[in-house]
Amino acid sequence: MSSDTRKVTLKAFRFNAETDYLPYYKQYEMEVGKDELILDLLNRIKWEHDGSFSYRRSCRHGICGACGIKVNGKPVLACKQNAIELLDLFNNELVFEPQSKKRVVKDMIIDKKDFWDKHAAVKPYVEREVPAHPEHETKMSIEQFNKFLDSDLCIQCGSCHYACPAVEVNSEYFGPAALTAAYRFTIDPRDEAGKERLGMTAEMGAGAWDCVKCYECAEACPKEINPIEKITKLHNMQFEQGVAQSNVATRHAEGFVRSIKKHGFLDEADIVLYSEGYLGMYKHMKTALKMLKAGKIHWNDALPFVDNVPKSKNLDEIQKLIEISMTNKL
Amino acid sequence: MSKLKYALFTGCTAKQSTPELLSSTLAVADKLGIEITILEEASCCGASHLQDFDEFLAHVLNARNICYAEKLGLTMITICNTCQLNSAMTKHALDTDPELKARVNEKLAEVGLEYKGTSEIKHFLYCLIDEYGLDKIKDKVTVPLSHLNIAPFYGCHNIRPSELHHSSNGGENPYVPTSLDQLIDALEGHPVDYDHKNKCCGFHVELQANHTSEVLAGNALVDAIDNNADMVVTPCPLCHLKMDTYQDDVGKVIGRDVELPVLHMPQMVALALGCTEKEIGLNFHVQKATQLYTEVS
Repeated sequence: MSSDTRKVTLKAFRFNAETDYLPYYKQYEMEVGKDELILDLLNRIKWEHDGSFSYRRSCRHGICGACGIKVNGKPVLACKQNAIELLDLFNNELVFEPQSKKRVVKDMIIDKKDFWDKHAAVKPYVEREVPAHPEHETKMSIEQFNKFLDSDLCIQCGSCHYACPAVEVNSEYFGPAALTAAYRFTIDPRDEAGKERLGMTAEMGAGAWDCVKCYECAEACPKEINPIEKITKLHNMQFEQGVAQSNVATRHAEGFVRSIKKHGFLDEADIVLYSEGYLGMYKHMKTALKMLKAGKIHWNDALPFVDNVPKSKNLDEIQKLIEISMTNKL
Repeated sequence: MSKLKYALFTGCTAKQSTPELLSSTLAVADKLGIEITILEEASCCGASHLQDFDEFLAHVLNARNICYAEKLGLTMITICNTCQLNSAMTKHALDTDPELKARVNEKLAEVGLEYKGTSEIKHFLYCLIDEYGLDKIKDKVTVPLSHLNIAPFYGCHNIRPSELHHSSNGGENPYVPTSLDQLIDALEGHPVDYDHKNKCCGFHVELQANHTSEVLAGNALVDAIDNNADMVVTPCPLCHLKMDTYQDDVGKVIGRDVELPVLHMPQMVALALGCTEKEIGLNFHVQKATQLYTEVS
C-alpha cells in the first residue's frame, strides 16, 4: 500500500440475536487507504478477518439505501462515506454500530419493520383517478416540481429515522422519513389524497407535532434532504389548507403571534395559558408554584389584567410587520 | 487586541423566567472588558413555533432584529441556542435566496428598515472561546472550579445542523462537541464525559408531547448523574428550563431520584471569575443551586 494509508484500529458491534446473550465489540486492525469507503472496511472485516460478520449492502452507488450504519454515533451510508474523512473527524478511532442497537438481528443488520410500516402508512405514492387510456400526460410546472425535488431523493435508508430521539421514545410517531414522504406526495400537484395525508400528519402522537426539533435528521440524511425543513412545511400547510386542529400544539404555535403582537417578546405565562386553556392549566400549577418560589415568575403574571411582560422598543414596527406579513390563521 | 463589542439579542427567557442568565452574561462581559449593547428593539425569534405557524412572518421578524445589529455595525450575539438557530436560519435563507430577501425587504421598508446581511450572528459561548480566547479567560480565573465535576450539555440548536453553524461555532463536530468541555477545563473544573451531552432535552414538546419531553430530559440528567456530575452546564436557557424546572416530574417519569443543579454557561464563568452572588443569581433556580456559590466563596 502507498504512504497515503493510515494504520487504524476499528471496533465493530457484534451480536447474533439467535445465539448471543449479550452484544460485544470486536477490534480489527488494518491499513486504510485514502479512497476507501466505510463499505470497503466492512468488506475487509468480512473477507480478511471474520466471514461471519454481517451487514447489508447491495448497489454500492448510494441509491439502494441498504448499507446505513452508525460510525461513532454518526449515521452514514457506508457506500458513500469516505473512511479517512471520518478518521479525521473522530481522531483516528472508529466504532461501527448498527443504526439501532435494540433492533439488531445480526451485527450491522437491523429489523426495519417499524420504519417500513410508518413509511407505508402515509401513502407514499401519488393517488389519482386516471382514465385507462389518457389522451396526454399529466403536466406540472418546474416551480411545482422543484417543491419536492429534494424530498424525492429519499432512498429510505433509515438514517434519519434511527437518529430521531422522538422515534425512540414515542412508538406512534411517524418519524422524519415518513413525514418527508408525506410532504413529498402532498405537495405533488398530481396527487388527490393531499388532505387525507395531511390530516394524518396533523394527528397528535403520530404526526408532525411530535417532532422534538433536535435537527438530528437534518444532520443524518446522506442525501441532504433536511427532513425537519419538510416537517416545518407540513405544519405551515396544515394551517394553509385548514387541516390544523385546534389543540395545545397548534394554539402554542399560533399563540406566538398573539404574544409578539402584544409585547414583541413572548409572554411565557400567557402562552401556556393560551395553549392549554384554563382547564389544562392544572397540570402546570405545581411547576408554576416552584417557579414562583424561585422568582422565575411573579404571582400576577398569569392574570389577564396585569401586564408584567417587558416590551420591545418600537413595538409599533413589530405590530405593523405582523399585520402586513402574516399569511396564515388558525 | 481592541476591545470586543457586540450587540446582544437577549431573547425572551433572559428577560423573564431566567433573569440570572442576563445578569451573569453582563457580569462576565464586564469582567472581561467586553462591551455589550442590548438590542432593546428586538422581538421574539419565534422559537421554531412561530415558524411552524407562518415561516415567512418569522423570517420578517428575525430579519428586523438583525437590522438593528447591522445599524450598530456589530456582530449580533445570542445567549440562547434557539435564538441562535432561528436568527441564523433567517440570515442564511435571506443571504442565499435573493427573491426571498427582496420579499422580506419589501415588508421591512414599510417600517423604514432594510436587511443587508452585514452582521454576523454568534452565540456568546463561541465569542468567549473563538474571539476572546480561552487562555485569556484562564488568566482571569480567581475562583477555580477544581472541586466540581461539570457535565456539559450542549443543546441541539448550537451544533445542528452543523452546515448552518460551522462559520459561527468554530466548526464544532455535532457528534463530539468540545467547546464547553474546553471552557470547563479553562475554569479548572472537571468536564464529565457522558453520552447525552449532545442530545435533545425535550423542551420544545413540553406541552404537546409531555412524555417524550420528560424522558429525553430524564435520560440526559440521569446519564450525567451516573457519571458523577455535580452540576450540568448549558449555553441554552430552554435546556436549562426543561432540566431545572421540571426535575421532579422528570424523575417520576423515568423512576429515578433526580437532583442536579443546571447552570447557564455564563453563570459558570461568572462563578470562576469571582462575580457577585447577585450577578450569578443561583437563587433563581428551582433545583437548589445556591450551595455552589457558598462552596467557592
